[in-house]
Amino acid sequence: MTDHRRGHIHSSPFLHSSNSVSRIMRLVLLALIPGMLAHWYFFGWGLLINLGIAIPTALAGEALMLRLRHRPLTPFLSDYSAILTAVLLAIALPSLAPWWLIFIGTAFAIIIAKQLYGGLGYNPFNPAMVGYAMLLIAFPREMTTWLPAQTHELAFMDNLRYSFLNVLPHGLTLDSISMATPLDTVKTRLGLNMTIHEINSQFQNLFGMLGGRGWEWVNLMFLFGGIGLIFMRVISWHIPVAVIGSLFFCALAFQLADVDTHASPIFHLFSGATMLGAFFIATDPISAATTPRGRLYYGAGIGILTYIIRSWGGYPDGFAFAVLLMNMAVPTIDYYTQPRVFGHRDD
Amino acid sequence: MSHRLWRFHGGLHLPGHKKISMHERVREAAIPSQLVLPLQQHIGHPTEAIVSVGDRVRRGQMIAESKSFVSAPIHATTSGQIIAIENRPVPHPSGLDAPCIILEADGKDEAIEAQAHDYRNMEPAELRHLLRDAGIVGLGGAGFPSFIKLNPGPENKVKTLLLNGAECEPYITCDAMLMQEHPHEIIKGLLIMKHALQAEHCIIAVEDNKRLAHTMLVNALEEHEPHDIEVVQVPTLYPTGGEKQLIKVVTGKEVPASSRPLNVGIVCHNVATAAAVYDALQGQPLISRIVTVTGEALHHPRNLWVRFGTPFRTLLDECGFDKKAEVDLIMGGPLMGFKVADPDVPVIKTSNAILTLKRQVQKPVTLPCIRCAECARVCPVQLLPQQLYWYARAQDFDRVQDYNLFDCIECGACAYVCPSHIPLVNYYRFAKTEIWAQEEEKKKSDLARQRHEFRQYRMERKKKEDEERKRRKKELLKKTSNKTDDKDAKKAAIEAAMARVKARRAEQDQQKKNTDNLTAEQKKKIAEIEARRKEQAKND
Ligand code: SF4
Ligand code: SF4
Repeated sequence: MTDHRRGHIHSSPFLHSSNSVSRIMRLVLLALIPGMLAHWYFFGWGLLINLGIAIPTALAGEALMLRLRHRPLTPFLSDYSAILTAVLLAIALPSLAPWWLIFIGTAFAIIIAKQLYGGLGYNPFNPAMVGYAMLLIAFPREMTTWLPAQTHELAFMDNLRYSFLNVLPHGLTLDSISMATPLDTVKTRLGLNMTIHEINSQFQNLFGMLGGRGWEWVNLMFLFGGIGLIFMRVISWHIPVAVIGSLFFCALAFQLADVDTHASPIFHLFSGATMLGAFFIATDPISAATTPRGRLYYGAGIGILTYIIRSWGGYPDGFAFAVLLMNMAVPTIDYYTQPRVFGHRDD
Repeated sequence: MSHRLWRFHGGLHLPGHKKISMHERVREAAIPSQLVLPLQQHIGHPTEAIVSVGDRVRRGQMIAESKSFVSAPIHATTSGQIIAIENRPVPHPSGLDAPCIILEADGKDEAIEAQAHDYRNMEPAELRHLLRDAGIVGLGGAGFPSFIKLNPGPENKVKTLLLNGAECEPYITCDAMLMQEHPHEIIKGLLIMKHALQAEHCIIAVEDNKRLAHTMLVNALEEHEPHDIEVVQVPTLYPTGGEKQLIKVVTGKEVPASSRPLNVGIVCHNVATAAAVYDALQGQPLISRIVTVTGEALHHPRNLWVRFGTPFRTLLDECGFDKKAEVDLIMGGPLMGFKVADPDVPVIKTSNAILTLKRQVQKPVTLPCIRCAECARVCPVQLLPQQLYWYARAQDFDRVQDYNLFDCIECGACAYVCPSHIPLVNYYRFAKTEIWAQEEEKKKSDLARQRHEFRQYRMERKKKEDEERKRRKKELLKKTSNKTDDKDAKKAAIEAAMARVKARRAEQDQQKKNTDNLTAEQKKKIAEIEARRKEQAKND
């Protein structure tokens, strides 16, 4: 037996594909660019400022923790995973968010949700979503400060000043320039017993063509980038298809039951974080299910929970919570969805 | 000409690197002055030398015979003198030395008289016997004694005899060259195998990147009318050459886990084995094979007919090896082969390729598993390599078996694609050997416990018996003092004592035998397990 035990030193295979973690993360970042451009076009400089705060925070947090945990810096800092977390948060957070909101959210995501669990590969929860959910609970007001789509009332410097110093240009107040997101609006107005139709006309075609002015483009662009990722085999189709499919069918079923009080499935797909979430957040491999069938259940769970939280929960967009809830179910899902091994019977 | 094909899960499209060694025809390698012939060149039990130092031998003469069932004899690969029987470095993953017969060539290369046979006049059993004596083992890389796989047993019917010409690993081209240059020998060998197995029909499977080999086989078949042989092109996809994978692709049948192809009416052999079978019927035992000598730092990568016992080094030199190059020496392919530290190890029956690969200056860092499931996507057995890795690393050997560790064929596809560069297969090998070691340990301790319990039981019984004896004696004494039937009583007492002694002896014997049996069985079991695993792991 000893010879076998020694055998593992001589390690085949001796060839390796050119794939690497950093390549995957880089491609995901690249695929985010179209969506980010749309985001910038419709919601202004906020995204850039968010990125400028989030990325250094994430890298510094990662480096600090790696040092404290006595881990090598270079391989882990160059895997782009911390940057990806930062970018996802920067996109998800409001364009008028104060700097400290971004800072706290990112630091929390990296230090608590990622590194304290053991760093890359060991975090059971999606770090960006942990950061997001924490902010949503702790600072609900700041989390709603979005600009209305395509108004460009704030120049870059104005936006920067607001982020860091909390000062707006003369004559503007936060209330006058910010506006609730379409998802938010629909939720509060439905709560006031308005019908979908009334809401749409009151807010001057709030729904745009698909899912809210501006938002629909952002979502379309993320959809575009996400499909690119599937074609490059960076992510598998299972999770996005399951998320989108289940959200669509939930929305469709309720809309068919009562058109007046339920937004259309298309609205659900193309507003809020749907496409970003379906292709870029839910597909984070580390915290997602890992079997093909498990990924379908995992994605479907996220879609359904998102719909439930959007419709009846306390938050306008439930994506972050849906992801976190499904993260908890991952070990169980994986265990019960093992594929049939070659030469074994179905059981 | 269209044969329906199936597919197995996953698989890899790999860069072939095959052309580089296919520019010229196969040529005979020079016979070195000294040949090193390991006593074990196959899966199973080692052979025992039947020559002694100083003996003169001729080519084809048996020099080591098999003493147990799963074994294959070794023959002298040229004429000369036996100059030593000693431990030498051999090509084995362990890197350990092993007993070898050292043959000094006399340069005459005299052969023993060859006696050709016609298989049509032979009973299958006789045929198998002949093939066993010819030392034939699977030449696809595993080296399992072929005569065993040519014996279907009374209760099995062989529907399909499948000849594996897939050769799916990059760089290796020895089978492709053999098919191109010796299609008739392969077909004749196949017909012999068919006879031994009494198989209904035969299929030769060739990957579709070997067009010339395919054409040559098809052309050669036309001269063999009538026959029941079909040549099938299968898609080039690693590891199609794996036995169970190929069976799935060609027949759509899935060989159940931990069972043999025979159970679904199929037997699979390698094309080179078929050619060796043909040679054996011509009176030529297995003494040489085609070896692909290829890779980086070689000026003339090519295929050579090599006598077993030839050191790797002389073959490398024959192919223009750049001595300054920093390379790793690998026996077999880049996915399933193993590193050889010493270039003086000899070519043996399972050496299908000698591969030189540039040593990686900077090993990519291994990152943690990111659960991307790329490995699961390519695994031909549809395992979850990421879960296997997780539990193997945690040394949770129960869980790792829940995830079917022992179905892993160690093809390396998972490690090839892993973006975190985790040496996954290492972990599986480690877990497997640990589990085997634990099982052995457990068996040993079970045995020890049984022995202990038995001794306890015996001691107690002895105590009881002693008491009984004392009591009897007392009674006897009483009786003698009473003077009643003392002679008979004495006789009875002696007889009883004798019987007891006898019984105890028998028991002791029995016990001894029991333990002996157990150990032997154990040994056999372990050997069987190993053999089975190796057989599964490599394409044969
Ligand atoms: S390919 Fe590597 S990183 Fe990806 S799941 Fe498998 S083991 Fe983990
Ligand atoms: S080495 Fe084992 S686990 Fe990895 S791909 Fe091959 S069979 Fe699957």
